[in-house]
Amino acid sequence: MSISHTLLALLEHGPCHGYDLKQAFDARFGHDRPLHYGQVYSTLARLLKHGLVEVDLVEPGAGPERKRYAITTAGVTDVEKWLAQPERPESYLQSTLFTKVVVALLTGRDAAGVLDVQRAAHLEAMRELTRRKTAGDLADALICDYAIFHLEADLRWLEMTTARLGRLGQEIRS
Amino acid sequence: MTPLMSARGLIKTYGATVALDSVDLDIQAGEILAVMGPSGSGKSTLMHCLAGVVRADSGQVRYGETELTTASDARLSALRRREFGFVFQFGRLVPELLCLENVALPLRMEGVRRREAERRAAGWLERLDVADCAGKRPGQISGGQGQRVAIARALVTEPRIVFADEPTGALDSLNGELVMRLLTRCAAEAGMAVVLVTHEPAVAAYSHREVVVRDGRIRTGTGVSR
Ligand SMILES: Nc1ncnc2c1ncn2[C@@H]1O[C@H](COP(=O)(O)OP(=O)(O)O)[C@@H](O)[C@H]1O
Ligand SMILES: [Mg+2]
Repeated sequence: MSISHTLLALLEHGPCHGYDLKQAFDARFGHDRPLHYGQVYSTLARLLKHGLVEVDLVEPGAGPERKRYAITTAGVTDVEKWLAQPERPESYLQSTLFTKVVVALLTGRDAAGVLDVQRAAHLEAMRELTRRKTAGDLADALICDYAIFHLEADLRWLEMTTARLGRLGQEIRS
Repeated sequence: MTPLMSARGLIKTYGATVALDSVDLDIQAGEILAVMGPSGSGKSTLMHCLAGVVRADSGQVRYGETELTTASDARLSALRRREFGFVFQFGRLVPELLCLENVALPLRMEGVRRREAERRAAGWLERLDVADCAGKRPGQISGGQGQRVAIARALVTEPRIVFADEPTGALDSLNGELVMRLLTRCAAEAGMAVVLVTHEPAVAAYSHREVVVRDGRIRTGTGVSR
């Protein structure tokens, strides 16, 4: 995730101090990994240097926590460009799982067993995410669903591969 | 803990097809058990044998004092009416009856008076968040609503075990999620066990544990029954 774009977008929502910015980020996006203050201030310093944010208010006293930051026009354009740019679809070619299955077949081990153990681990992870989702709010549900659907894709692959093990074994050993 | 239901060495064949090949399975009171596996693997056959809908060729299914494989038809049908609840992929509601009457039907068949049956039916429609469907016929409501009405009908007799065969199979993800949330919540509150047949992992993820059926045999499973 692009932390700088996300912080910038939070500033577009309204000017704020570094401390409040961290709180806002953590509340919305920091479910698993809250930001460090250091990250927030170093990112703000970089955005400031590139003219994407400006300091719109300085309270008396010293230290970075006295400054209030606001997004600039260039900053707004930057957020807009980021949103319009699609993310690169990940392709997970040549996963470890594929390698394990082939190795099991090559060495005459129980490849179905390898797939079964993985399937069970995936389902256990989905179960945990489903519990989190059921107990949480709508934002939790969206985050958990994202992970659930990715695990589901893996499980479909595991199921297909299980169904094709016989043929795969023949091809590999021939 | 003594299991609520216990199956040993179940075998069921259809002609040359071995639908179940020596299956052992325990169901604990109040647990949600997912039965997974590819289509044609024997999930529905297993469920039907457990629920006393189909008799296995050999093996035992013990439920309390009853041995299902040798019980009389009358005893089996009484169990299915009083102790077990059923949910199918398509609601199978009676199209001529109002949803309220559909849900009250299992109670009416048990001799509960109309007013009392409909009062209890209305309570379950409420719990499944479809109280507004009470006065409509099945043809007038959506698939997701119909499935929740069907669940209300399955739970209205407060069975010990709910057998659900692909209950979200005809629903989109959002409605499937809603159905699973409500089904699992209601079952937990009422202490019912659920045997949830599904090939969808996202649906099985609502269970406490799962077994996988492949070619009529149980392969592996994880999770712990509560
Ligand atoms: N009533 C029946 N008559 C003949 N064959 C059946 C019958 N019911 C199931 N089968 C066969 O038994 C096997 C298991 O079916 P089923 O239990 O319905 O699988 P699943 O529910 O996992 O899709 C399949 O090969 C199916 O064709
Ligand atoms: Mg089936």
